[in-house]
Amino acid sequence: MLALVLLGAGVGLALLWAPEDADQGATQRIFYLHVPVALTAYAMLGWGAWKALRLLWTREERYDLASYTGVHIGLIFALLTLATGSIWARASWGVWWDWRERQLVVFLILFLFYSAYFMLRYSLEPGGARGRISAVYALVGVVLIPVSFLAVRLADQFLHPTPLIRRGGPDIEAGMLFTFGVCFAGMLALGATLYANELTGKRLDARLRELREVLT
Amino acid sequence: MTYLRDAAALARKDLLLELRGRETVPAMVLFVLAVFVAFRFALPEDQERAAAGLLWVAIVLTALLGLVRAFVPEQDQRTLDALVLAPCDRSAIWLGKSFSVLAFLLVAEAAAVPLFGLFFERPSAATVGAILLADVGLAAIGTLMAAMAVGGRAREVLLPLLFLPLAIPVVIGGVGATVAADPARYLGFLALYDAIFAILAWATFEYVVTE
Amino acid sequence: MISARCLSKRYGPKRVLQGLDLEVPRGGFVVVTGANGSGKTTLLRLVAGLAAPTGGSVEVGTDRGRIGYLAHEPLVYRELSALENLDLYGRLYRIAERRERIGMLLERFGLWTARRDPVASFSRGMQQRLALCRALLHAPDLLLLDEPFNALDEDGAALLDGELDGLRGRTFLVATHDPARLAPLSTAQLALA
Repeated sequence: MLALVLLGAGVGLALLWAPEDADQGATQRIFYLHVPVALTAYAMLGWGAWKALRLLWTREERYDLASYTGVHIGLIFALLTLATGSIWARASWGVWWDWRERQLVVFLILFLFYSAYFMLRYSLEPGGARGRISAVYALVGVVLIPVSFLAVRLADQFLHPTPLIRRGGPDIEAGMLFTFGVCFAGMLALGATLYANELTGKRLDARLRELREVLT
Repeated sequence: MTYLRDAAALARKDLLLELRGRETVPAMVLFVLAVFVAFRFALPEDQERAAAGLLWVAIVLTALLGLVRAFVPEQDQRTLDALVLAPCDRSAIWLGKSFSVLAFLLVAEAAAVPLFGLFFERPSAATVGAILLADVGLAAIGTLMAAMAVGGRAREVLLPLLFLPLAIPVVIGGVGATVAADPARYLGFLALYDAIFAILAWATFEYVVTE
Repeated sequence: MISARCLSKRYGPKRVLQGLDLEVPRGGFVVVTGANGSGKTTLLRLVAGLAAPTGGSVEVGTDRGRIGYLAHEPLVYRELSALENLDLYGRLYRIAERRERIGMLLERFGLWTARRDPVASFSRGMQQRLALCRALLHAPDLLLLDEPFNALDEDGAALLDGELDGLRGRTFLVATHDPARLAPLSTAQLALA
């Protein structure tokens, strides 16, 4: 497990090694952080939705915690995506936020949606019903991802007819591609580690509470 | 088709309750009017796009108002248990309820849209089409969200949080259809939204109301 | 008819039922007793299918449409009339000759004259009688009753006694505070801790 975290850290080194981008210079390096974070967020949310589906399918309670943890880590990564995206915008154009940046807008919508996931959970009594309802919500969320992508793209057409100079596709040089790959793998590994960590912790918590109940 | 008859019986029940109580629809109409008036002062003069935006925000918020009240009779008297126990398909409950939510929304809009035309600008045919499409989607996914919020605490606060992020794509589609030169694309998007979320809500409703 | 093995129900950390075994044969009349919070209602809900067990299993030898459930709440819409309520449930339960059946039940429980009045105007006793109509409307094979004599006055209780007598042969699982009353009918008793 530790090795995975090291891999995630190894990412940082790759930042220094990779060749500089012609257009944007050093600031472009944030790309190596921002996009993997975003992709990991999607991966975690998708994982949470998958576990949710398993819960509804098999009715096995253990999937509830797994789904919850997936969504939780996913939300954290979504927040990081917004943060890194914001930093990148500031470094590139001097503004902390730009509505023309589609990826960020989509993440904003998802952030709202998945934050509400936790509000939903806290408002329900623990039990089978809470698990099922959360699972359905997680599934709705994963369907929302492509729908909001499409929506934001359409919105751009009437909101910002002057297109934004697209950035973030400088995979011309092999060195960059490799760096990106390493960073992505590392970020996923980080996500997976956090997930496994949190899930084990939560399961222990639940077990403890159960035992306490039995003893009283 | 007993399935449709079940949904119809349930929708009929909701319409009957509303006819008796007359609480939800009048509230929705008044709410929309209040929003129009408030926004009139909030927005600067001669802002065509702003008017379109206002219309859609008003629609979404009015739909929300209708949804907040949607499951109230089932909540207060716990009749949802009785409906879940009945031999009918649980998704029929969703269908019947969505239909009544849609009906209330349409009635409220039948009053609001002409008034919008009077206060601001006449809505185009594309806009009206978009409103109809949007209503279906909002009712479909909104009913699912409303059912989720039923069992919990602070449901009046929770339902807006659950519903509004999902309503954002609808606002995009609606405003697009209202202001863009080529509304067909946005109408198509709204239809797609409706299909996707209606199917999803229909398929998952069972899991929300049973344990 | 009902077969529960090692049935457990827990809401998060709170355990309500623990390792319950229960067998109710067809035609059996089982009375469930226990203090408040001992899990009588939860047991009925599990058998009805309104809740899912967290441990063990429960099997019911009949489908949803043949179960009659009486809860603590009457489960009727207050702004609708007795007639409208029963009409809705009649449709949902696909009852043949709906009108006649509803009329007959309302009369049997003394609610015929009040049939068009909104349930909100009913006394608690009348609501309970309506709830019984609702539970019996579709002539269920299995009856799950949660404190059926609750809120009933003497007349109402006598009506219910008569009804229960007339329904001999069907399967019953009844939660009650007053097991003595049902003693002549019951075939077994279950006491929950």
